[in-house]
Amino acid sequence: MTPSVAGPSGRPPKFSEAARTALADTQLRRNLAAATHTIRERRAAVVDEVADWEDLRDAGAAVKDRALLRLDSALEELERSVVEAGGTVHWARDAAEANAIVTSLVRATGETEVVKVKSMATQEIGLNEALAAAGITAYETDLAELIVQLGDDWPSHILVPAIHRNRAEILALFQRAMPGVPPDLTDDPAELAAAARAYLRERFLTAKVSISGANFAIAETGTLVVLESEGNGRMCLTLPDTLISVVGIEKVLPAWRDLEVMLQLLPRSSTGERMNPYTSTWTGVTPGDGPQDFHLVLLDNGRTGALADEVGRAALRCIRCSACLNVCPVYERTGGHAYGSVYPGPIGAILTPQLRGVQSALDASLPYASTLCGACADVCPVRIDIPEILVHLRGKVVESRRHRPVPTPEMLMMRSIAWTMGDRGRYESALAQTVRWGRLLSRGGRIRRLPGLLAKWTDARDLPMPPRQSFRAWWRRR
Amino acid sequence: MRIALFITCFNDALFPATGKATVTLLERLGCEVRFDPGQTCCGQMHWNTGYHREAAALAARFGEVFAGADAVVTPSASCAAMVRAAYPKLGVEPPEVYELTEFLVDVLDVADVGAYFPHRVTYHPTCHSMRTLGLAGRPERLLRAVRGLELVPLPAAEECCGFGGTFAIKNSDTSVAMVADKIRHVRETAADVLCAVDNSCLAHIGGAISRLRAGVRVLHLAEILAAT
Repeated sequence: MTPSVAGPSGRPPKFSEAARTALADTQLRRNLAAATHTIRERRAAVVDEVADWEDLRDAGAAVKDRALLRLDSALEELERSVVEAGGTVHWARDAAEANAIVTSLVRATGETEVVKVKSMATQEIGLNEALAAAGITAYETDLAELIVQLGDDWPSHILVPAIHRNRAEILALFQRAMPGVPPDLTDDPAELAAAARAYLRERFLTAKVSISGANFAIAETGTLVVLESEGNGRMCLTLPDTLISVVGIEKVLPAWRDLEVMLQLLPRSSTGERMNPYTSTWTGVTPGDGPQDFHLVLLDNGRTGALADEVGRAALRCIRCSACLNVCPVYERTGGHAYGSVYPGPIGAILTPQLRGVQSALDASLPYASTLCGACADVCPVRIDIPEILVHLRGKVVESRRHRPVPTPEMLMMRSIAWTMGDRGRYESALAQTVRWGRLLSRGGRIRRLPGLLAKWTDARDLPMPPRQSFRAWWRRR
Repeated sequence: MRIALFITCFNDALFPATGKATVTLLERLGCEVRFDPGQTCCGQMHWNTGYHREAAALAARFGEVFAGADAVVTPSASCAAMVRAAYPKLGVEPPEVYELTEFLVDVLDVADVGAYFPHRVTYHPTCHSMRTLGLAGRPERLLRAVRGLELVPLPAAEECCGFGGTFAIKNSDTSVAMVADKIRHVRETAADVLCAVDNSCLAHIGGAISRLRAGVRVLHLAEILAAT
């Protein structure tokens, strides 16, 4: 079965088309540039403080690889530990199975409302929509997720999902969509947060069921870990009677002590903080304290397929810090929506095509949504070589197109260039033709319009007129 | 020292002046430069765009042409990076390849190449030169020793210009949005000349500058170092 990873509804446009729309949104570009540069600088400052940062990155990669390369036994150990601690473990092959499991668990409680801790896995499977179809209302309690949910919007960043909105836009949204909002609310961030806090407090105090994801799941102890900075997670994880956690199978860490590495890497890489404000850990059920009914839903949804790919599997190390998004010059300008997935930016460009495949025009365009500049690989706390995986996935896209009855214009061009370059005589006559045609197309020393696929170059850029004499022609005569 | 020059197909056709400058410079420094006309393309465009079978054939061909060379020198960081970093993945043993400034600084151990270039210059470190090859500081060291040259730092220098090979075509809108910011920073320096060690990136930045009549000249570093 093809796993489904949620994206905007309808037939999503490929990256270049969606990017064109986003690039024209000047407000979006201001918001994104301001936010990404702020986080980028904060991250750089706190990373510089750590003398052994590069060693920590090595350790982070090694810890994740240790779990991933024996994932089967690590997951079985996790299941045993969770069950021993009084929890129940469910296995979901794909989004549909996971949504069905969670829906039936909520139904069994008789509740029609749930509160949610910010979770990428539940967004990936479209859980809120599945619950809504079953008559269950899910309330997002992370401030930015609340902003996205109230606006019927789509998250555009892994860590700060409403990064594309500024405070004036958030004020207008609260006034429109948040019940009981104070009439004299201004766009002061503290006031906006206070309004959201008052609204959410009622949800926390009435909810009987909560749904979370997890940053880490410790096989050795059966402990789940959530990092957040607003305290909303802590409320959801402690107040309700029933807690359901949907966790991707790649989140497993072998041992408790591995957290020592991850809790140093993640806050500095993601929010640029030395230490995370609210780090919640829970192990099964504790009588008389917190939820008395705990369910862990382990989600595959394409991860096993990615794990089987020797190059692509490194993407499963990802700890969702978003450092790669914040330094990416493409993401900074297009924002997250253009990636058509809950996983945007460089990590999304290598994760989404591995989880969903490269059949659709959008998914096939994602590995190309990068200049391969490498800024992402420089900051990745678990040393994912994102450019290497992008190139690897581009290879998969091309292979998937090799046997089409009618080759794409690009395929024809690439094959013909490769054929030309395969022989000195062919190359030299093509060189002479390039110079001849280039000079014919030139006006005033520059080429202002090129035909065919190359017209995209001259949309906004000139090309210098090729000199009459190529280098090798000069060399021959010298 | 005998050097096999790898000119790159892009320079051969569009920027022969960079090749001539490289030859002039290396000969001035006492090197014997050879050019094998059997060379064509290293396969970088095919590799980076996902045409890995085609890239493998071109890599194998490159390996044959340059087999036995003591040192291959090229005025292109991204082509040097292709040979050094990608060839092993294609099953081709890469020859000893040096980007020009690497060769000058690491092998010949020179800083002052005897150049004179009386202009205000800013330097853009291209992504492959900086991140794949780790050239860090070598081009600047050479530029600082050029007589008459005033080197001004480029703001946000480490940010990609938006070229990205076929990215410039496939995602031309995003590519142009990126180069717009690069040009803004270049103009902030009030430099006469923008230089780099990759003519591909310079063709992109320079092509947009030319379209905008922004009045800054782009020049490969080799041409500055060869100037007297």
